[in-house]
Amino acid sequence: MNPLAIVGRVVLGFLNTAGKLSIFTGQAVSSCFAPPVYLRLIGRQLLAIGYYSLPVVGLTAIFTGAVLALQIYIGSSRFNAESTVAFIVVIAITRELGPVLAGLMVGGRVGAAMAAELGTMRVTEQIDALVTLQTNPMKYLVAPRLIAATIAMPLLVAIADIIGVMGGYLVSVNKLDFNAATYLKNTFDVLEADDVVSGLIKAAVFGFIIALMGCYHGFNSSGGAQGVGRATTNAVVSGLILILVANYIMTDLFFA
Amino acid sequence: MSNDPPKLLLDDVHKAFGPKVVLNGLNLTLHKGESIVVIGGSGTGKSVMLKCVLGLLRPDAGRIQVDGEDVVGMGGGKRDRVLRKFGMLFQNAALFDSLSVWENVAFGLVEGAGMAREEAREISLDKLRRVGLGPDVAELSPAALSGGMRKRVGLARAIATEPEIIFFDEPTTGLDPIMGDVINHLIVECVRDLGASTITITHDMSSARTIAHRVAMLYKGRILWIGPADRIDDSGNPYVEQFIHGRADGPIQMEVLKT
Ligand SMILES: Nc1ncnc2c1ncn2[C@@H]1O[C@H](COP(=O)(O)OP(=O)(O)O)[C@@H](O)[C@H]1O
Ligand SMILES: [Mg+2]
Repeated sequence: MNPLAIVGRVVLGFLNTAGKLSIFTGQAVSSCFAPPVYLRLIGRQLLAIGYYSLPVVGLTAIFTGAVLALQIYIGSSRFNAESTVAFIVVIAITRELGPVLAGLMVGGRVGAAMAAELGTMRVTEQIDALVTLQTNPMKYLVAPRLIAATIAMPLLVAIADIIGVMGGYLVSVNKLDFNAATYLKNTFDVLEADDVVSGLIKAAVFGFIIALMGCYHGFNSSGGAQGVGRATTNAVVSGLILILVANYIMTDLFFA
Repeated sequence: MSNDPPKLLLDDVHKAFGPKVVLNGLNLTLHKGESIVVIGGSGTGKSVMLKCVLGLLRPDAGRIQVDGEDVVGMGGGKRDRVLRKFGMLFQNAALFDSLSVWENVAFGLVEGAGMAREEAREISLDKLRRVGLGPDVAELSPAALSGGMRKRVGLARAIATEPEIIFFDEPTTGLDPIMGDVINHLIVECVRDLGASTITITHDMSSARTIAHRVAMLYKGRILWIGPADRIDDSGNPYVEQFIHGRADGPIQMEVLKT
């Protein structure tokens, strides 16, 4: 085959997907701001996305904070270990690891669940049934998930920040024999509002990305059980990659 | 017949998916209070025809009118107003599995017509009773129901808003003959009581005979034959003859036999 034709096909395929995704995003976002607002459904999604992700996110955070403390101690023991450990743990957790790791964990958990649920609704014609019952599936299915994920992620990350710092603290005080009061003082001395706020903004964006990918792939799935499986995989993979890309772009913007 | 426009008019409707032509100049007229049964082999585009009318698929060409109003390409609030006239029983019932049975039946009343939940619940229990399901079933999840019960819940949901036009897509497929007959009679009753106009898709000839005023046969994207239900046995059309007697040989060649 002509190599130009292959390049052309790949470019066209990419543009086609990008276009479809842009249109979907536009419709999804505008449906978040138009009545009716399904509070009951938003509540249910908040529970599914936020509350039920707490164990996963909490465990991730506590072990990450703990391992950070160990690693930094090993790397910095020759210098002023006691303040370096506290400093790096809190900055790394609030700025980067809290939002990113929570995003990856929730992205796997929630992105897959959304794509599977909406994909099944698509292939079993439940989405068509919604339309015939005069209900806009964008407003009924997509908007509540987008809204709930965008609200729930910053809340989850705020909790993850606290638990992550606590993980570092527990290791530092119990295993590395740091002074507890000094460790806390060092932590709060370096911490600035911007560190936390930038992390929470990232979290909100990640939440939006997760729900958008889950809904987009679920909504556009076709071809029975296999199609739903494909949609689920694509939702998770594209969601996680977009989180990492968005994270780089936002870090560049915030701290440049 | 009066001078009113027909409830539903399909005029030279075309629909293809990529290279695959499904509807190829389909014409069909449904009058007020009439019950048309559409027969035809699997994959001939019967469901696609209904989805084009409901706006779930957009025809490539042709005209579709509901009460004399063009509906192709209609969107938003206008389409919702037209859809309010319709009820649809999907081929596999398409019940919402995140909602209970009664919430499924009440869905069009609550979300479509904006009725209060309590009132909608009463109506939904009443519709469920009409299709032979008691209040104990109302709280169950659709996942807990048998195939026949799912079809009946789907039927209750289709008639809950008392629509003027109802589509039944293969209402008896996959059911035992007795349950099939129960559903057929439910459809006849519902239609009589509501005065609705209906299109029913089926492969089941006893179902067609029970329900239909007119029978139409869809073949290769067009209506090949349409006539009164009592003429189906002497249609004089070899395609119809072959179909209603279920013979493998005749003018209709199944794709499997050709390859
Ligand atoms: N959304 C779709 N995309 C692509 N092809 C479709 C779609 N819907 C239906 N088809 C094709 O159209 C043909 C007719 O389908 P359908 O109307 O469901 O048949 P049936 O007469 O059994 O109801 C089938 O070959 C099917 O593969
Ligand atoms: Mg069909």
